[in-house]
Amino acid sequence: MGTIMKSTFVSVFAVAAALGGAASAQDKITFEYWYGLGGYLGDVVQQTCDRFNESQDTYQITCVGQDGYATAVQNTIAAFRAGKHPTVVQAYDAGTADLMMSGEFYPVQKMMADFDIDIDWDNYFPGISNYYAASNGELFSMPFNSSTPVMYYNVDDFAAAGIEAPQTWEAFEDGLRALKAANPEKCAYGYAPSTWVDLEQFSMAHGIPVASQNNGYDGLDAEYVYNTTQHVKHMEDIKRWLDEGLLEIKTSQGGINSRDAFAQNQCSIYFGSIASHATVHASAVEGLNWDVAMLPIYEGFERTNTVVGGASLWVLSGKTEDEYRGAAEYLKFLATPESEKFWVSNTGYIPVTRAAFEQLTAEGFYDNAPYKGREVAMKSLTFTDPTPLTRGIRLGGFIQARSEWIAEVEAGLSGQKSMQEALDTAAARSNDVLRRFERTYKGKQLP
Amino acid sequence: MSSRGKDMRRAYFKNNWIAALVVAPQLLIIFVFFYWPTSQALYWAFTFEQPWGGGNEWAGFENFRMILTDGRYWDSIRVSIVYAAGATVLSMGMALILAVFADRQLRGYKYYRIGAIWPYAVAAPAVGLAFRFIFNPSAGIMSYVNAAFPGFWDPILNGDHALLMVIIAGAWKQVAYNFIFFLAGLQSIPRSLIEAGAMDGATVLRRMRDIQLPLLAPTFFFVLVINITDSFTDSFGIVDTMTAGGPARATNLMVYKIYVDGFQGLDYSGAAAQSIILMFLVIALTVIQFRYIERKVHYT
Repeated sequence: MGTIMKSTFVSVFAVAAALGGAASAQDKITFEYWYGLGGYLGDVVQQTCDRFNESQDTYQITCVGQDGYATAVQNTIAAFRAGKHPTVVQAYDAGTADLMMSGEFYPVQKMMADFDIDIDWDNYFPGISNYYAASNGELFSMPFNSSTPVMYYNVDDFAAAGIEAPQTWEAFEDGLRALKAANPEKCAYGYAPSTWVDLEQFSMAHGIPVASQNNGYDGLDAEYVYNTTQHVKHMEDIKRWLDEGLLEIKTSQGGINSRDAFAQNQCSIYFGSIASHATVHASAVEGLNWDVAMLPIYEGFERTNTVVGGASLWVLSGKTEDEYRGAAEYLKFLATPESEKFWVSNTGYIPVTRAAFEQLTAEGFYDNAPYKGREVAMKSLTFTDPTPLTRGIRLGGFIQARSEWIAEVEAGLSGQKSMQEALDTAAARSNDVLRRFERTYKGKQLP
Repeated sequence: MSSRGKDMRRAYFKNNWIAALVVAPQLLIIFVFFYWPTSQALYWAFTFEQPWGGGNEWAGFENFRMILTDGRYWDSIRVSIVYAAGATVLSMGMALILAVFADRQLRGYKYYRIGAIWPYAVAAPAVGLAFRFIFNPSAGIMSYVNAAFPGFWDPILNGDHALLMVIIAGAWKQVAYNFIFFLAGLQSIPRSLIEAGAMDGATVLRRMRDIQLPLLAPTFFFVLVINITDSFTDSFGIVDTMTAGGPARATNLMVYKIYVDGFQGLDYSGAAAQSIILMFLVIALTVIQFRYIERKVHYT
């Protein structure tokens, strides 16, 4: 009997303890965060959540990977319509205008002020914050994973061809010829059509417009004008280089994308996000000697800043004050220099605040491999102060506009039509998308 | 299916509400997963729907006008028809040949039969990835052909090549399904008919033409309807992994365009209108098949 009594007592105690434990877990304020990054980068996002949960006892963040930026937004919209959306969502750069027009969010700058959390907003690089800010400068979403494109090049191949990283597209073309002369068998430039690199960031670096109304910042009635700018000349050059064999198309649909073709030492040059810096390091064949440089610009142009790519964190409407407080704490946690350093060193992304960048530079972060070279992205992003044309892109349905551009450029590259015709068509069709967007949000203004 | 089936035996329930109760779960499922979404799509197709649900405005036929006056949409219809015709003919042709061989019980036909059924169990994106490798112009099997004849195969820039590649992948996936039905159809033909033909001195091909194929007609018709419907509505996975609709929209099938416009582009109303058009197109094609092809089919 005694033993039974004892074991009963023990189990009652255990149940009570378990209940007590459960109760304390329930006391925590929980909220959800959906992110789009997948694979290794998604794992690092998950680690930021674990670090946040360990750093305090009041809040519990549940982070759910959606495996892709587009799916993260799609799933969030579906959940939002059913009233089951997360408090925080990671949304990509190109979806910014759509989210802004929805109005279904809690502007982060306002939220932080409401909860008396002090953030030095001027500390954010203007090339980053302008992308996510309202016309009055108020930040709507929290800059998070940020990148900008750079030119990746094979140092050994450049040395063999006797060239240096070109500053201009004219020098770039000479460089391609030199590379081909030195090694006719090797792919000099592995190219994949990318609106982000070839159109958006190209236009930023040259200080030329993608669309009227300062790329849509000044009104929903903007129209695409890239078919009238230096962009046309650039795409014609790319077509010519393809015809002359100076450039080879490397896309996933073709079996290997341009980044992997570069890392596998098939091609000497590729253009891509600085975020791939870590991936190229990890996947490069042994002995690959490579570096990065800013995008070239055409002679006769003054270089201006490039803008951010990647994603930012949006806090959605329809949540409780407790959940917002938790979200605010999480965003505050992410904005600390320690968190930024964790994020930047574990991925290829760049710091979003001056303080973090200066601290990393002072610590010698950028002096040695594998991080050496990433400061090039910062240089590109801060090359000048943003002008009205280099704040970013604020155009509705921009994902569709991107696919119009891709489809027409493919037609141009395959010789079905001239590049000028292709870009004219792409711009006209993308304007239809803008008009449709304007019609859907009839009577509304960009905030 | 038709008036010819009127002599088929039927079970009658005397008590109607029991019948209703038995049918109810099925009806509920059909309502929740078919009629309700379809009615939503129909509603969106006539409005300007804001993706985040911030309100919508009546659009009348504006969405349809926009789609039907867009030359690219007609291109997409054309590509879809080419794909449907190509994939259906190819997959039914291959399946029929395979089924005839399996039916002749050549050595090892049992293993061969199981092997031929397998592809149907493979998910479309996996099929797409496998064929992406096979048809890769620089690293896959086709790269050997390209090495011998430079520039022979280029699905990255050549739209015809890309469409052909997608058709072959789609047909391959559908072969197994058709094979099952053709084999079952062939095996239900009484052996005595074929043996009698053989005794009368009819060759294999002659027996196939005069006995097996006519008796296979009902199966053939069923498979045809299913294949055409399937190639219009279920080709998404293969296109998404193999070509993403490119190059230059050469493989932008209607169903893929709906996905891109609706889910990626967040143009819910435009995509809803497109799916309504697609639905009516498939209904129309099925009606045409029943009206004109089924007449030639003799049910035994």
